[in-house]
Amino acid sequence: MSASILEVEGLSISFGGATRRQLVTDVSFKVERGEALGIVGESGSGKTLTMLSLLRLLPRGADARVVRACFDGRDLFSLTPAALQDVRGREIAVVFQDPLTALNPVLTIGRQITEVLRRHFRSSAADARRRAVELLANVGIPDPPLRLRQYPHEFSGGMRQRVTIAMALAGEPRLLIADEPTTALDVTVQADIVTLIQRLQREQGLTVIWVTHDLALLARIADRVLVMYAGRVVEDAPAAKLFAAPKHPYARALLGSIRQDAPRRNRATSIPLTAADAGALGCPFAPRCAEARDQCRSVSPVLKVYGGDTRAACWALDDDGARGAGS
Amino acid sequence: MSTASALVAARGITVTYHRRRLLPLRERERPVQALRSVDLDILAGETLALVGESGSGKSTLARVLMRTITPSSGTVAFRGSDITGIGGGALRTLRRHFQMVFQDPFSSLNPRLSVGAAIAEPLIVHGLARGSALRERVGECLEMVGLDSSVAGRRPHEFSGGQRQRICIARAIACQPDFIVADEALSALDTSLQGQIIDLFQDLKERFALTYLFISHDLSAVRQISDRVAVMYLGQVVELAPTAELYSSPRHPYTQALLAAVPVPDPVLERARVYTPLRGEPPSPANPPPGCPFHTRCPRAIERCRSEPPALREVAPGRLAACHLAE
Amino acid sequence: MKFLASLYRSPQTRTGLILLTFVVLVALAAPLLAPFSPVNVDPSGRLLPPLSRVLASSTQGAPAHAETALHVLGTDSVGRDVLSRLIYGSRLSLTVGFLAVLISAVFGSLVGCLSGYWGGWVEALSAWLIDVQLSFPFLLLAIFLLGALGGGTLAVVLVLALGTWVNYARIVRAQVLSIKHQGYVEAAHATGAGTLRILFVHILPNTLSPICVVGSFSMALAILTEAGLSFLGVGLDPSTPSWGTMLNDGRDYLLTAWWIATMPGIAIGVTVLGVTLFGEGLRELLDPRGLR
Repeated sequence: MSASILEVEGLSISFGGATRRQLVTDVSFKVERGEALGIVGESGSGKTLTMLSLLRLLPRGADARVVRACFDGRDLFSLTPAALQDVRGREIAVVFQDPLTALNPVLTIGRQITEVLRRHFRSSAADARRRAVELLANVGIPDPPLRLRQYPHEFSGGMRQRVTIAMALAGEPRLLIADEPTTALDVTVQADIVTLIQRLQREQGLTVIWVTHDLALLARIADRVLVMYAGRVVEDAPAAKLFAAPKHPYARALLGSIRQDAPRRNRATSIPLTAADAGALGCPFAPRCAEARDQCRSVSPVLKVYGGDTRAACWALDDDGARGAGS
Repeated sequence: MSTASALVAARGITVTYHRRRLLPLRERERPVQALRSVDLDILAGETLALVGESGSGKSTLARVLMRTITPSSGTVAFRGSDITGIGGGALRTLRRHFQMVFQDPFSSLNPRLSVGAAIAEPLIVHGLARGSALRERVGECLEMVGLDSSVAGRRPHEFSGGQRQRICIARAIACQPDFIVADEALSALDTSLQGQIIDLFQDLKERFALTYLFISHDLSAVRQISDRVAVMYLGQVVELAPTAELYSSPRHPYTQALLAAVPVPDPVLERARVYTPLRGEPPSPANPPPGCPFHTRCPRAIERCRSEPPALREVAPGRLAACHLAE
Repeated sequence: MKFLASLYRSPQTRTGLILLTFVVLVALAAPLLAPFSPVNVDPSGRLLPPLSRVLASSTQGAPAHAETALHVLGTDSVGRDVLSRLIYGSRLSLTVGFLAVLISAVFGSLVGCLSGYWGGWVEALSAWLIDVQLSFPFLLLAIFLLGALGGGTLAVVLVLALGTWVNYARIVRAQVLSIKHQGYVEAAHATGAGTLRILFVHILPNTLSPICVVGSFSMALAILTEAGLSFLGVGLDPSTPSWGTMLNDGRDYLLTAWWIATMPGIAIGVTVLGVTLFGEGLRELLDPRGLR
């Protein structure tokens, strides 16, 4: 049995009828058991779509193709709808960005959590209720029995997100996908939620995929970071290596824009008028790249492995992963 | 602190919202104090950052300064003269000097107007330009924010989030104001774009000798741009200090907690830091704790904190803090 | 304009547009198209079936140089040419329909806009007005008012407008309530824009799409209602060539001279279909029109 709980190879997503647009191109990555993988990218980089496609939750009109998408040895794309329903929530759970829309405003929290429990474990009402109390306590919500009777609007933003985490964990999943779970929250609440998920990860051996546009956040929680741009993976490295010496120009620009000690005027990245098209020829980052060469504009760079544990897709890197001389 | 060079001075600002309900339920009847006797000076030519989380009242304070909300009590002065009670024509003339950039670049532009028309609005309202002179000025403003003047005829939905924010900024500088309030102007943007917008703000400030009030919940973003930082909690200013000093030696426990919660883009450092989350949830403005508003979550609260609200005192030259322990 | 082009693309809207254009052209070109005068009576040629020929005579208002004239759609109970009345009737029906919609839309939107924006007593007053209005059955109100005002085109237009302004008021008020909290309205306010400017530049244009849609449906309804009122005898003067009066006229002859009522009926159907299809297409187009 491999150590990877999730292996994705060659995932591509396109959208639209008359004008097919390529949204995600040839994405491949592996997640080890118990690891925390961070996926970082701007809006439109395809990171959320990639996660949704694994659970076959893409909107209608989106077409996902993959060479391989194995969760714990099982091919996700060949599961029957019934089997897929079992995987969703029970083996893979998702926490989304906006807890307000993830929670049904007309049902009590208790009802929503017990629904998950009864669906996946066929618990009795009493058992489900007991377990719901445990789950709420586990995510740090005080006075769970009272809270179970309340409605989502009676909770604050941070508490609501804790509730969605509790719901996600109700199914005892092995993989938790957190898609921008703290973007809408205050910074102290964000730190709380991060600490909570880390603790749960430790206690339950949970594997976590954390999707965000905030690279700094990943420094705290990610073991490994995947950098996406315009629907492609441009760099994939252990967190320490990525933050110390990013290889891809986009990763470097990203890091440069958040470092406090970086030179203030970072004009290397100018804003293009139109969003990068994932299906375009050449490297999608070329229009914004300070080091772009002719090759970059005509041929898409291929992901190469460097140092055994890092992948990057850039023509400017030589075999050692160092910046190439010249041009 | 001398008020002689204060461009905008607020004294004793209190804003209370009374919620009138048809059926008076006990809780709902209580008035909500969004701001409690706030004093603040914004010096000419400085960038003052106003930092706080939800419920801190920072947006309300900004709107009081902009005179779009009338305070329940207190005064606002612009260049020494009291503007609290003015209305009608005088207020309109005043508005020429104050402009605001809002959080959501999507909803702050009228979808039916071209961006050129949106930028021209302040000029039209104040009768500053007409016809070809107007068009020229709009073009100038677009160029100043890094967009091509030829895009003036396009509608907002044709632009990306970052570009829309630039358009909002162009609108704000169109009538050459003295004072600009940026209310969470960066929050809706990806981290990679925030740096560019910060650069733009900085640029414009230097060019036109502007004074900024920068509101944010993100401490790391304002560090790069502000001269002084005011931290708010539950409707009060709890600390005010020059930026460098605030970040290196925060005096108020809440500021310390905020700084601790901000992730640092260095995994080694992050793993080494031990983060203790703040206890409890942010209190609701409808139900503030007695004494110091922060004492319910403060790791260093003493008996005095529960009963006696601390005054905002000078704890060092140019530094104010509202804490019994900050001497 | 891009908008018109996309209007044309949908088959529904295209059909509606074609039908409408046809009717409008007919109305505009009425004097050129009508073979006879719509009002001249001919006691000798009453109740003639379609495609009847008569001897041409200047009293009929027939084409001067013809020897015989053809009544393509027959004549009515007093000898007037049905086709000509139909053609001229389109003018009246379209005008009445359009004017009624215009007046009710403008008045209703204004009331809705102001009550939504200001709230307070303005809103309370308009809510009361609307409730009072709605508590009266429209037909009764119409008959009473027309009786009091004495009929005539203007009276009919006003009565029709009175019946429908409430719809606009309600819809616009709801729209305004949600729009006035949008960021761009606050931005305009912060810039120093006055209430008038905010209302007319920022709020009203964004309420246009539901107004347009309700407007097109209302027009169909107005035409039908005018026909109904005239049919009941309270609308326009029976000699006026309008589809409604024609229906009224032909009521007694349904089994004998069926063409007198059927022809205007078809005309009304075609026009209403055109307006409805157009309105439906307009709605589809304006709604998901990516306002964001």
